[in-house]
Amino acid sequence: MAVEMRLPAVHKPISLAASQSNRDDKHLVVPGDVITSDTGFMRGHGTYMDEDRLTASVAGEVERVNKLICVRPLKTRYNGEVGDVVIGRITEVQQKRWKVETNSRLDSVLLLSSVNLPGGELRRRSAQDELAMRDYLQEGDLISAEVQSIFSDGALSLHTRSLKYGKLGQGVLVLVSPSIVKRQKTHFHNLPCGASIILGNNGYVWLYPTPGHQDEEAGGYYTSMEPVSLSDREVISRLRNCLLALAAHKVLLYDTSVLYCYEASLTHQIKDILKPEIMEEIILETRQRLVEHEG
Amino acid sequence: MSLHLKQTFEAAVLTELYPRSQIDIYVKEDGGKTTARCVNAATLALVDAGIPMRDYVCACTAGFVEDTPLADLCHAEESGGGTALALALLPRSGNIALLQMDARLHQDHLDALIEAAMTACKGLSKVLDGVVRQHLEEVSVLTRD
Repeated sequence: MAVEMRLPAVHKPISLAASQSNRDDKHLVVPGDVITSDTGFMRGHGTYMDEDRLTASVAGEVERVNKLICVRPLKTRYNGEVGDVVIGRITEVQQKRWKVETNSRLDSVLLLSSVNLPGGELRRRSAQDELAMRDYLQEGDLISAEVQSIFSDGALSLHTRSLKYGKLGQGVLVLVSPSIVKRQKTHFHNLPCGASIILGNNGYVWLYPTPGHQDEEAGGYYTSMEPVSLSDREVISRLRNCLLALAAHKVLLYDTSVLYCYEASLTHQIKDILKPEIMEEIILETRQRLVEHEG
Repeated sequence: MSLHLKQTFEAAVLTELYPRSQIDIYVKEDGGKTTARCVNAATLALVDAGIPMRDYVCACTAGFVEDTPLADLCHAEESGGGTALALALLPRSGNIALLQMDARLHQDHLDALIEAAMTACKGLSKVLDGVVRQHLEEVSVLTRD
C-alpha cells in the first residue's frame, strides 16, 4: 500500500492588500493593549480595568455595543447562550443529573427533570427514575440538546425537552472551533446530497444518514443499529472532509456553505480533499459561489 | 521547573474567570536551562488559546562575563560556569514575574544585569507582538469573506 508523505511547507502569508479598505474597520488588540481611557464605558468579556484604563486581556477584535466594550478572541472555548443547540458527550452520571462535556470551560449539566422520559410520559421523577438513569444515558453517549440557562459560574444547563433532541445514534462527529459555526434559525438540516447534519454552536458537528421514517413514540432514546449503506457512508465521509477543509480556511459553517463545498469537491476523490492544494482549490470555488449567492 | 512556570503564569493569567477549573500547560523540553524559552512558548500558546491574561510574559537569559552584561545567552555561555540569570517580565508595566539565578554574582553587578535582561525582554515583546498581530490580521481577513 503506497503512503504519501510530505515535508513541512513554509506558511504562505495571506495577501492583505486585497482588503485594505476593510482592515481599518476592525480594531484588533492583543493582551495588555489599552482600548480606551474613557471611564464612561462598561467593560465586557475579554477586558479588565488597569488603573482606570480599559485594557484587553485576549487577542482579538473589539466589539462595541453602545456603552459596552468587549473583546472577542479568535479562538476560545464555547461560551454558551440561552437557546443554542449543542452536541455533547456524557462524562458522568450523578444523583439527579448528567455531566455533559461541550467544549466549554466547565462541564454542562443535564438535569433529570430536563429530559423526556422514554415513552413520553409526563410525571414527576421518582426515586426509581433516578436509579434507572444509567439505562437512559451512559458515560460516552452523544446527545444533542439546547441550552436552557446559565449558572452563575458559567456552567450551562441543558435540556432535551423536544423530540428533535436526544441521544445520537450512528454517525460521524467533527470537531471545529465554535467561532466558525454561524448562528442561524435552525441547526438541523437535511442536505439534498443524502445525509443530515446538526451544526452545534459549541463547534461539534454531527453527520448522520437521513432517517427513513421518524419514530415518534420512542421519545429520543431509540438509536437505530441497522447497517448503513455504502453510498450513505461515502456521502458522510466526503462531508466530513469538506467540513475539515472549511474549518482550516476559517469559512463560516452553515448549510449553504457546506453544500457548496460538497458540490465543489465532487470532482476529486474523497481522500484527496484534505491535501493542501486541492483544499485551496475547493475553498476558492466555494467562496466564489457564496459571494455570487449573496450578491 | 514546572513550579516556576506555574508561579510565573499565575501572575499573568486572570484566574478569577475560571472558578473550579484547571489550566494545563504542556511543554516539550529538550533539557538544560530552558525556562526562558518555555515561558515564551507558553505565552504564545495561551494567547492563541484565548485565555485572558494581563499582558504578554517575555523571558530572557542574561549573564556576566568580564565586567560586561550579556543578554540572551547561548548554550556555550550558559554552561561555561558563569552567572546565568533568567528573567520573565510583563513588558507594559515592567513587573517581574520570575527571577532565577545560578552561580554567584557581586551585588554591584546585579542592577546592570537586570537592566540588560529587561531591555532584551522588551525587545522580545515587540517581536511576539508583531507575530500575534499579523496572525490576527490574517485570520480576520479570512473570516471577513
